[in-house]
Amino acid sequence: MAHRCAVIGVGQTRYQTKRADVSIAGLVREAALRALEDAELTFKDIDAVVIGKAPDLFEGVMMPEAYLADALGAAGKPMTRVHTAGSVGGSTALVGASLIQGGVHERVLVVAFEKQSESNATWALSTHLPFNASLVVGAGGYFAPHIREYMRRSAAPDHIGILVAVKDRQNALKNPYAHLRIPGIDRRMVEATPMLWEPIRYLETCPSSDGACAIVLAAEHKVTGTPAWVHGAAMRSEPMSRADRDTVSPQAGKDCAADVYRQAGVTDPRREIDVAEVYVPFSWYEPMWLENLGFAAEGEGWKLTEAGSTALDGDIPWNASGGVLSSNPIGASGLIRFAEAALQVRGMAGEHQVDGARRALGHAYGGGAQFFAMWIVGASKP
Amino acid sequence: MREVAVVAFAQTVHTGHDEGLAEFELVHPLVQEIKERSGLPSFGFTCSGSCDYLAGAPFSFVSALDSLGAWPPISESHVEMDAAWALYEAWVRLQHGDVDSALVYGFGKSSLGDLREIMTLQLDPYYLAPLGLDQVSFAALQAGAYGADRGELDAIVRRSRADGRGNPFALDLPDPSGEEFEVAPLRPYDVAPITDGAAAVVLAAGDLARELAERPAWITGIAHRIEPHYLGMRDLTRSPSAEAAARAAGVGKGPVDVAELHAQFSHEELILREALELPAGTVVNPSGGPLAANPVMATGLIRIGEAAAWILDGSASRTVAHASSGPCLQHNLVTVLQADWV
Repeated sequence: MAHRCAVIGVGQTRYQTKRADVSIAGLVREAALRALEDAELTFKDIDAVVIGKAPDLFEGVMMPEAYLADALGAAGKPMTRVHTAGSVGGSTALVGASLIQGGVHERVLVVAFEKQSESNATWALSTHLPFNASLVVGAGGYFAPHIREYMRRSAAPDHIGILVAVKDRQNALKNPYAHLRIPGIDRRMVEATPMLWEPIRYLETCPSSDGACAIVLAAEHKVTGTPAWVHGAAMRSEPMSRADRDTVSPQAGKDCAADVYRQAGVTDPRREIDVAEVYVPFSWYEPMWLENLGFAAEGEGWKLTEAGSTALDGDIPWNASGGVLSSNPIGASGLIRFAEAALQVRGMAGEHQVDGARRALGHAYGGGAQFFAMWIVGASKP
Repeated sequence: MREVAVVAFAQTVHTGHDEGLAEFELVHPLVQEIKERSGLPSFGFTCSGSCDYLAGAPFSFVSALDSLGAWPPISESHVEMDAAWALYEAWVRLQHGDVDSALVYGFGKSSLGDLREIMTLQLDPYYLAPLGLDQVSFAALQAGAYGADRGELDAIVRRSRADGRGNPFALDLPDPSGEEFEVAPLRPYDVAPITDGAAAVVLAAGDLARELAERPAWITGIAHRIEPHYLGMRDLTRSPSAEAAARAAGVGKGPVDVAELHAQFSHEELILREALELPAGTVVNPSGGPLAANPVMATGLIRIGEAAAWILDGSASRTVAHASSGPCLQHNLVTVLQADWV
């Protein structure tokens, strides 16, 4: 069976609108060096580098692993570039872990980034004729109808999204790397912002960030420091345009969660997982994913949010770091979820640490809510 | 390492022009074909390779996924690299031991844009891309540094094109002629042709591989290495990353009947022969190689498929496949395929 794998280092850059002080190479190197420092290693100790990011059109650099090999100390080593749409940060971690679980390497550096300030994401995300009918709506316009359908089905009250927006930004105030840190953030402040895509207001959507995240993964006999052990890892994809697929609660998300829970021996995620970092780029995706991931019954997810269960002091904190709603360097956002899950079970999450976290879920999704990547990490060896 | 083999290979009839098919329309019939050929209706893992910049639109792999069906949802990933690296990822995934089969595919239509200029966007965006050097200019720098003999290059192109004319999937290109340079010292025929196409490979492990194929092409070694991006930091007359990958894959541990090399410019074949230390008797690029058909993002995978086909049909016992990425052979992947598991 697969070899054991653990996270032994995490590095993040400060997420912000524009990092004019660094090149793309400087950005990824900053995160990589911090992860290596955390693991008390250097580039020399690394066997292979895996890099992930969302579409190359975001920075206008095609297949940037060629250019970034030098900055990441990859010369003379294997280097792989992963791209699975918005889920890519999560997938990148899984591809890195796979190299260790498959017994191919002992120490792998995983890096994901986006430097969104280099271009216009909505433009870069909009497919055009003759490939697709062009919606020119970006991600928010694409997902808003899915959210409205969720509201119709679940009869959730209108303010649930606002609660998520406030909760995640309150958490972000405790995370020194978070992009959106809004002192005094409250419901009135969110309500007062313009409606972008009904029902998503300005402050119910994620920011555009520059940033990078890196982790160091190790095989069991190379584990040093405080490890976060990988207890389960899974990817699932489903077609964008299958006529009867449920875009509100996609089957691929359910299957991916079932797979990762089975591997980790989790039967009741609400009770057996201590903290979850879940890809919520628009506020309403918290209740939607609460249901899709089995933390709540169908139609009941919003009640957990409303009751405060997902708050930092709730019984199942979601996105203690502030989540995608507070920092969104797109290609890195999935890896940040996976890395924050690892920080929690290592007890190294700082001010947003969930007390006694032993088992954490990292989650990412992408495309038309069709690509899913998840892992469960734990403080104890599986 | 776990026993993993190529059990099936399929490719499109590649064209030198746009046939009006979208990328996913290239992939769909190919996947149907390889499902029939391998006898597997579904796979434990799926991985693909493609590049958004060829079509000039994001998410080319997303519509390709639609053409697979992918229902019920599948365990799937994608590399924005030649699909040879997708095969590597699938091979790693099969090492875990919990799944026994994998589908790998790659596709690309370089007819849609100006490939030479598009490849410029692969360079360091601050210091190299603004110089405006295109892919052929970079390759010519390497050809010049290597000091390739014109007669040798002509022979490589003549052989590749003749073999390509004998390969029903490759382009029909005439014998090389003409004295003019594309970018000195390279002539137009030293450059791989613009090609649209796709390819797919099925990998299987252990007993499943033996069940699916009479003579599975066992992957006894597979490794890749990258080297510095900046040409000034590299000795362009050699390919140290191909040398290191070949050593790690164990190319030298036995005879090599056939080698399929991802040489997109004729001089690259000379550099790669040396890097892989291929014996004199090795038949190189009997398919015609990339100089006869170069569907970018599938070309490297096709090398593995072609090298495997020799073993699958019983006409060779040990073959080598090479795939490359980045300017001037920056990144190289080497696969050793054998009729017998060692």
